[in-house]
Amino acid sequence: MGIERFPVEAGHILLFARAIGDTNPAYAGALSGDAVVPAPPTFVQSSAQFDPDYFLRPKPGEPWFGSGKNATGKVSSGGGGGGGGGLHAEQHYEYHQPLRAGEILTGTEVPGKTWEKEGRRGGKLLFSENVIEYRNAKGELVVTARGVGVRTEKVVEQGS
Amino acid sequence: MADVKKGDKKELLLVDDLSRTQIVQYAGASGDYNPLHSDDKFTTEVAGYPSVFAHGMLTMGMTGRIVTDWFGVESLQKYGVRFVKQVFPGDTLTATAEVIDVRDEGGTRVADVSVTTVNQDGDAVLTGAATVRLA
Repeated sequence: MGIERFPVEAGHILLFARAIGDTNPAYAGALSGDAVVPAPPTFVQSSAQFDPDYFLRPKPGEPWFGSGKNATGKVSSGGGGGGGGGLHAEQHYEYHQPLRAGEILTGTEVPGKTWEKEGRRGGKLLFSENVIEYRNAKGELVVTARGVGVRTEKVVEQGS
Repeated sequence: MADVKKGDKKELLLVDDLSRTQIVQYAGASGDYNPLHSDDKFTTEVAGYPSVFAHGMLTMGMTGRIVTDWFGVESLQKYGVRFVKQVFPGDTLTATAEVIDVRDEGGTRVADVSVTTVNQDGDAVLTGAATVRLA
């Protein structure tokens, strides 16, 4: 899975900066008209918006595992930990060059490691790494993102 | 930045009484609509958590500001964190950053900075590190 086209836009940077409570005026170029609008350090997390099949976004006509009439609209997603895809344990970024509004990135997943650990309350913890390389239109590496997810072995019971 | 030295420290209040709405705001901006962060019914009845909780990435995003306010947005070379404890609505988060080392890396002066974010009980919710260019 990858992100074929992730346009980095000033308006999106403004909304993202607001969401993280960061009032740095550098991020508000969409309002001020500044030509150079840098992206906040964790901005590439929002590349999910540009993944047409992103599994943590409800889609028209498809069942959603969050609540509607019932507490969940779907039987177990099999994820364990009670959510989509377990929990986020670590996140690491390497910045190879500045990321600014106007760039169009691609995101390519590169193979990451998986490992196990014995949990404190018993049961295995399953860790898996997810590495995404974000490149600009010239093919140059801009940001490398390495996430570590953790799932518990025990799947949370679901109502039938 | 010429006078940055090992042991320099800053503290920043990131959020006072984190609202559910800010978590929703982050879901909308980031595109991560996992119901664990916005849907109390699902989160308590199906997933078995006491309530919705913040995206780890919201805490990481908020925490980044202590580094970028200090050294500038585009000085960052690396930024990495571990999510140590969940962050719930109502939490108050404070970040601290400390310069651990100032060194030369291929002719560029860089600083290694540790970051820690704690909640209102003084419990760490995030620990991590950043490397920034000083020149």
